[in-house]
Amino acid sequence: MLEKPNLFYVQELAGDDLAFENKFIGILKDEFPLEQQEYVNCIEKSQLMDAAQIVHKLKHKFNILSMTESYTFAVAYEEELKKSRPQMDKRFREILNTIEDYLKTI
Amino acid sequence: MKCIIIDDEVAARAIVKQLCSKVSTLDIIGEFDNAIEAIKFLNQYDVDLIFLDIHMPGFSGVDFVQTLKNPPKIVMTTSDTEFAIAAYEYEAIIDYLVKPITQVRFEKCIQKVENTSFVTNSKNTTKANQEDVGEDLYINIDRRLIKLKLNDILVVEAKGDYIEVKTTKQDYRVHTTLKKIKEKLPENTFLQIHRSYIINFTKIIDIEDNSVLIEKSVIPISRSNRPELMRRLNLL
Repeated sequence: MLEKPNLFYVQELAGDDLAFENKFIGILKDEFPLEQQEYVNCIEKSQLMDAAQIVHKLKHKFNILSMTESYTFAVAYEEELKKSRPQMDKRFREILNTIEDYLKTI
Repeated sequence: MKCIIIDDEVAARAIVKQLCSKVSTLDIIGEFDNAIEAIKFLNQYDVDLIFLDIHMPGFSGVDFVQTLKNPPKIVMTTSDTEFAIAAYEYEAIIDYLVKPITQVRFEKCIQKVENTSFVTNSKNTTKANQEDVGEDLYINIDRRLIKLKLNDILVVEAKGDYIEVKTTKQDYRVHTTLKKIKEKLPENTFLQIHRSYIINFTKIIDIEDNSVLIEKSVIPISRSNRPELMRRLNLL
């Protein structure tokens, strides 16, 4: 079962600054789908080094959303992509889909 | 302290900004999603501290540090600890923060920055030092000393035990090393862009990918010399 994202880190960072929290959630909602789409495009075009770059960015989002297992997975996957091995794509997309669904709820 | 943030991710910049907002001594005066824009800014404004992402596409944080002649204090931000350790090779890098950055770790970092005495720059000019050098260079060919005007020299190329000095008028083959002639050439005009090439920076016609065009010669740029070349460019 995939781990669930949460906003614990964001809330801790924001403290009682609700404006920041809302603004930051907005940034995640804007930035994540673009990076997700960029990743899908890179894989479909077999541009694996570019895919590794975008996985590097996405794994930071996993961290922000307190998804430590997914982060560890992404670290390994980034290295695999650099060796032209995209076999971990399926599970990575599942993580992305989980985040996509979560961002729609907040 | 006047600070800037360089990171290609909006979310990452927002986090650093939020952390800075809780420290009264920090004043964010700029944020950039790429290093080139930051270099232009640094050419115009004094900055005390840079929060710099190591991993950026194209021009990395480490490339950026190499371009700065007199860098201010730098704190690297990264998702990879291994990159961070490599960054410590540079004197200006005071600390590194692994993402996601926590408030506690950030405060420790700022304390470290404030406690570190470090001679920082004023502006990082993209122009090289305006050294007081002569306008001529004498080269020894077949026991004759031939005077070359420095401004006529286009490219100097290493060729084994010799160098080839290409000028606007003709080419000269001289028995010496690239290292020796480099010491005689003014830094504000000449730049080594490859293990085998020194170019007259003012004679560049254009730059494409990993090469420069000078008159009709295409000169390769090595990866390690590229940051210095980028620093010298008066980019629009």
